[in-house]
Amino acid sequence: MSAAVEFSNLGIKTILLESSDSFSDGSRAICWSQRTLEIMDRSGAATKMLEKGVTWNQGRVYLKHHEIYNFDLQMETDLKMPAFINLQQYYVEEFLESHLRGKKLTDIRRLNEVDDISITENKTALLSVITPNGKYEINAKYVIAADGVNSFLRKRLGLETKGQKFEEKFLITDIHVKEPYPMERRFWFDPIFHKGQSALLHVQPDNILRIDLQLGVDADPKIESNPTRVQSRIQKMLGENIDFDIQWISVYSFSCKRMDRFVHEPVFFVGDAAHVVSPFGARGGNGGIQDIDNLVWKLASVLKGLAPKSLLKSYDLERVPAADENILNSSRSTDFMTPKNEASKEFREAVFLLSKNMPFARKLVNSGRLSSPHSYHNSFLNSKDDPAFTGKGPIPGSASLDAVLGLKSAEVWLLDYLGREFCCLVFVNDSILSSKRFEEFRKFVKSLNPQMNLVMVSRAIISKNMRATVLVDKSGKCFNKWSAIPGSVYLVRPDQHIATRWKNYPELENLEQAFKKALGHCEGK
Amino acid sequence: MSYFFADQNIEAPDDFYEMLINAHDGLSNSDSRLLNANLILLLANQVGKVEILEEAISLARKSVIER
Repeated sequence: MSAAVEFSNLGIKTILLESSDSFSDGSRAICWSQRTLEIMDRSGAATKMLEKGVTWNQGRVYLKHHEIYNFDLQMETDLKMPAFINLQQYYVEEFLESHLRGKKLTDIRRLNEVDDISITENKTALLSVITPNGKYEINAKYVIAADGVNSFLRKRLGLETKGQKFEEKFLITDIHVKEPYPMERRFWFDPIFHKGQSALLHVQPDNILRIDLQLGVDADPKIESNPTRVQSRIQKMLGENIDFDIQWISVYSFSCKRMDRFVHEPVFFVGDAAHVVSPFGARGGNGGIQDIDNLVWKLASVLKGLAPKSLLKSYDLERVPAADENILNSSRSTDFMTPKNEASKEFREAVFLLSKNMPFARKLVNSGRLSSPHSYHNSFLNSKDDPAFTGKGPIPGSASLDAVLGLKSAEVWLLDYLGREFCCLVFVNDSILSSKRFEEFRKFVKSLNPQMNLVMVSRAIISKNMRATVLVDKSGKCFNKWSAIPGSVYLVRPDQHIATRWKNYPELENLEQAFKKALGHCEGK
Repeated sequence: MSYFFADQNIEAPDDFYEMLINAHDGLSNSDSRLLNANLILLLANQVGKVEILEEAISLARKSVIER
């Protein structure tokens, strides 16, 4: 669904096949990261998520009933999106579908289930679809397989996922409580209410709590999913005087697995169909959205004839390492929660002991490393970084950094101006804007690609009567974050990741080369 | 004066912790303890300064005894 939203941003029609006639049951994915919200915001779909969602930046980690440490994820204040919101997946699906219906570019076909796929000689996909009214076929140029962890398309094409399966069982449940809870993530190691195991609590809208309880290797899923048993476990956790209703129960064990490659033209695998992780770290749903963020502009560029087909290979090269990063973090968290031998138990005990007085040890406590955007710094779409950048600032491959800026008397966000199309972000001042060189640069950018946006940021309000919009960075924070001086140029991809940058103006031919490279023209060079 | 810095000094703490735990893979409990002893001696040699080692030993002992 999020892929359809991205395509509709770019004016491309799609068909969305969905076997069910309702939104997901149970809350499923609940934690949406800053990057996900930024991606959704490009189409305006984030507004409803923010309205309905529960914003949280704080987390607390306990050992037994003592707090070991707490963290605040949003240290910076000038970002449009919060670090995380919690929102049931069915709400997100509902918002996206209503957004798509408004846009009218997506043919949403519910109760349409794919029951076969084959690849034709022309490298198109022949899909057979069952509906309540009979069967039909679609011959598709490209297919995005977002059919989940048990992906039918993956199996039908004889492809598999490889990785590690964890034996540990977990109880996951959503409950409704009468009184609101504090908006924070809480994690317990060895809690008094659930000895020897771990527990996680998340707050969702409508007074719904998500609770994850570790059950051990030998737990029997049938016994453990008995509502009476769950009721008593949760009562012990929340206290005798808390009233609640159970909304959804599942007992599960998980895997950390992925496909070797996600690109099997003309089929592209995304989300759980391509890779699965444990739920600790909010890396499942957010990882899937970032797949889409990476894939859709590439497909769109090829479909529009702006880029060669080799651009599509970069989806594998950029998202496979991202999946590995998610799998690595998720496996490590699981290993910390479930020590595998005496030595790891002892080290964990030592980490807990030292963390009382020594902040360094708290960094080793691992209750989930929360999703952050992957940086595609090894991608063949990037051009070489300019060594003149010595400070921080986003390196080629990483995601853009947001900042609050001024436009006339209003406050605006930098990220609202980046993305969808390629974009040149130029840091300017008065004298640059009135220079002949800048005029040439501007003309050249438009000649490279008429859709390319030119976004300008200046420290001071520009005195001259400019035709173009110049965003004002009064505090200098944006210049600082991007490690920029007047004359610095960033080439930003449609997914808001950085293709490359120049501290002080690129030669025009270098800009052209970098633009072509970012579109996949120079694979392997 | 205290030599000990309670603040984070290990680069990439998660990488380090994984390395440390994996080093014990397939070892018996007594071999695991021997590995740990070896590791302490190696790191102590790297630290070198007796005052720092003294403080580390006393902090480690205190954290166990006062738990």
